[in-house]
Amino acid sequence: MGTQPRVIVVGGGLAGLAASVRVAEAGTPVDLFSVVPVKRSHSVCAQGGINACNKVARQQGYSEWQHMDETLYGGDFLNHQPPVYEMAHWAPKVIDLLDRMGVPFNRTREGERDLRLFGGSLFKRTHFSGASTGQQLLYALDEQTRRYEAEGKVTKYEFWEFLRPLINEDGDCKGIIAQDVRTMEIRAFPADAVVLATGGNGLMFGKSTMSVICTGAAAARAYRHGAWLGNPEFIQVHPTAIPGEDKCRLMSESARGEGGRVWVPRKKGDTRHPLEIPEEERLYFLEEKYPAYGNLVPRDIATREIFWKCQEGYGIGGGRMVYLDVSHLPTETKNKLKAILELYEKFTGDDPTEVPMKIFPSVHYTMGGLWTTYQEEWRDADPACDPSDRKTIVEDGKICGMKYGDPKNMVTNIPGLYAFGEVNYQYHGGTRLGANALLSCIFDGLYCGLSVANKAKADDSSKAADLPQSLIDKNIQEEKDLLAGLEANNGTNNPYEIHRVLGEEMTDSCTVIREEGRMLEARAKVAEIKEQYKSIKLSDTGSWTNQNLLFARALGDMIIYSDAVLETAIVRKESRGSHYRPDFPERNDEQFLKTTIAKYNPQSNTPDISFEDVPQPMVEPRARTYGSVETKKDDKKEAAAAK
Amino acid sequence: MIAQNKPEKYKVKIKRQDGPSQPAYYQTFEVPYRPGQNIISVLQYVAANPTTTDGKETSSPVWDSGCLEEVCGACSMVINGLVRQSCSTLVDEMLPEGNTITIEPMTKFPVVRDLFVDRQRMFENLKKVKGWVPIDGTHDLGEGPQESQADQEFRYALSRCMTCGCCLEACPQFEKDNEFIGPQAIAQAVYFNMHETGKHLKNERLDALMGKGGLNDCGNAQNCVRVCPKGVPLTEAIARLGRQITVHAVKEFFMGSKG
Repeated sequence: MGTQPRVIVVGGGLAGLAASVRVAEAGTPVDLFSVVPVKRSHSVCAQGGINACNKVARQQGYSEWQHMDETLYGGDFLNHQPPVYEMAHWAPKVIDLLDRMGVPFNRTREGERDLRLFGGSLFKRTHFSGASTGQQLLYALDEQTRRYEAEGKVTKYEFWEFLRPLINEDGDCKGIIAQDVRTMEIRAFPADAVVLATGGNGLMFGKSTMSVICTGAAAARAYRHGAWLGNPEFIQVHPTAIPGEDKCRLMSESARGEGGRVWVPRKKGDTRHPLEIPEEERLYFLEEKYPAYGNLVPRDIATREIFWKCQEGYGIGGGRMVYLDVSHLPTETKNKLKAILELYEKFTGDDPTEVPMKIFPSVHYTMGGLWTTYQEEWRDADPACDPSDRKTIVEDGKICGMKYGDPKNMVTNIPGLYAFGEVNYQYHGGTRLGANALLSCIFDGLYCGLSVANKAKADDSSKAADLPQSLIDKNIQEEKDLLAGLEANNGTNNPYEIHRVLGEEMTDSCTVIREEGRMLEARAKVAEIKEQYKSIKLSDTGSWTNQNLLFARALGDMIIYSDAVLETAIVRKESRGSHYRPDFPERNDEQFLKTTIAKYNPQSNTPDISFEDVPQPMVEPRARTYGSVETKKDDKKEAAAAK
Repeated sequence: MIAQNKPEKYKVKIKRQDGPSQPAYYQTFEVPYRPGQNIISVLQYVAANPTTTDGKETSSPVWDSGCLEEVCGACSMVINGLVRQSCSTLVDEMLPEGNTITIEPMTKFPVVRDLFVDRQRMFENLKKVKGWVPIDGTHDLGEGPQESQADQEFRYALSRCMTCGCCLEACPQFEKDNEFIGPQAIAQAVYFNMHETGKHLKNERLDALMGKGGLNDCGNAQNCVRVCPKGVPLTEAIARLGRQITVHAVKEFFMGSKG
């Protein structure tokens, strides 16, 4: 290892690839680790689109400021404002860059980029590429990364799994320990800064819309070694997914954005074929309750309403599904949605262009993740700020953004260890707006990539090259011991069975509706699972591509992370964003306009929980109603004033 | 699609191989039938219950998978003799061929273990054809070039290639140990040659595809386009590249330079 600084990026999704490109461009070599070939990362699954205020949206009265405002309003004000300000204002530049990279964005007749409507906004501000926008964006960044790889500026370590950060005696992150999942070799990789861009934790909930690699294990491993979690209790449940044997498959929000309607039969337990149910006997419950947004209410609201309707017995045939209907749409619109409609047909055998789709909510996105911070910068308001909203900017017309290139941006509590993308808790607060995920991931990589490069070059601490061999050896040995322990286990519990129980327990207790009693039951169950995990039985003790062993190890991490999710969900005694507590049905700003921080306690093997204020420097929190016709009078006034 | 009179249980015959240089062997497992099952859920069942029909406890089979939504391209396998994505292959479609489903790894790539193969060669080929748009950098340089709806639609179809390898498995010209670059990389070259900025590397891409292992090795069997799970217009791309190479070669002949 020479004296030239190196950066490690773990994770090859949108955030990891954008970071790799940006760091390599800044002249610092990158070692890119991914448990799968980067082109197969979970970002590939995103269907709908990516938000940005472009010139057309702007002429309709939309602005970057409003994009920021919608993101904060959507997130129930738990997101920090400076990063969200910066993200919304960079969004048009991000789209331009992706366009230059060759992303085949849908076009208007004139050849301009087309836009679509998405939940949480009344403006068309979502750019898209067919119904597989994530795939196209990921490939564009994959291609640029490959270009740097061909030039020798990026080195890929695919099929390598992150095991832990390498932390020196000063508490700084100076590299990682990783394992080749084919040869099973465990090695140390020193570096002067490390980015974790390892995505969400859907697998903790058993079936979700996420890829099977989204275990949250990497975040859990960082957490076990001292990184804090921020808002781990916030999990987004997507309102429309296709329930399946092996997983729940996403049905993109664009189905509703393009005019898809959600309904149930007006008569409970109606067993007629949907096409035999006449219009007047259908209950379009979102349109009735939210006349302004209708089917375009944000995800948490749609999810909760669907969940409640099924609980009241209105689900299809009395079960846990509702109709999402696109069969009435014109052929041109159906063609626009072709890819997602084909997906439905392929996996269910029904043609959604003729018969309404059967859908139910499913765990979809992890808003919480590793806790991070940033460097604020006060500066003159951007001219793009909507003048009517100026009054919400602090007195002297200054706004609060992030300081570009500052090494503090999106760093965890461990110096030198960064978190980008879905594993970073910053951007989405209590829930995430549709089409903001792709943006936040790419923005993190592009904007904060420079911060990482600057950190790696900074002369403020000892270098990775100075890491004592004894420390490296100790870290490797501990990982080897962990695996040996799992292998030597001679128990009876099947890890796949334990995982199934954990997933069902977490989904049932800790998703849309969070009842305290049920969560306490789940806490007891997870404690039981922790015990069972100590005596698991592996079907494979081989030393080559042992997926059984790798899964068993990840299961241990999922259990630890589940603990943090459950405990923080129990202490947040309010309803906010994605989550509804029947015992505390209102949002409680006085006590909980705060970030929940979970710190791993190695003695008790449980989280220590604390709260941290979320400053609101530019936009005052307001009630989040989306113009519901059932909300209190005062809320309605506020909502009207907000528009 | 759903066939009548499904059995309560059926058999799954899986080709196993403990490592790259190990001999291959088959093992058969019994799986309870459930409506809506796909091949991945079958493998998940076997992994959790790895006991063969002879009552022998064995190791869980190893395979590659990711999204299970047919976009990541990870789970290509040969199922009942046909290469396809195991996530989007439903048991109901496969059972009419008998009471046993046979699952094998792809044959054109080195086996890592069991059903998991090494497809690195495909990613290397993307480097050979310079599969990227040569942008100046990530700084804010304004919008990209405008594009017609028709061009966007064709490029979109090409951009859906998920490097799954099905086309190469089905191609009679592509072999484990020959140099043929195959339809996947050819289609990507066409994809980038169509983009206004991507075009700047067109000559280099065509040079790479003119020599040994390039377009000339294509036998036009058209198997590739038939097995592509995403309907990528592979044969049309091959034809377009053929025309581009002809023009390129003529120009080179008359101008004595690459132009």
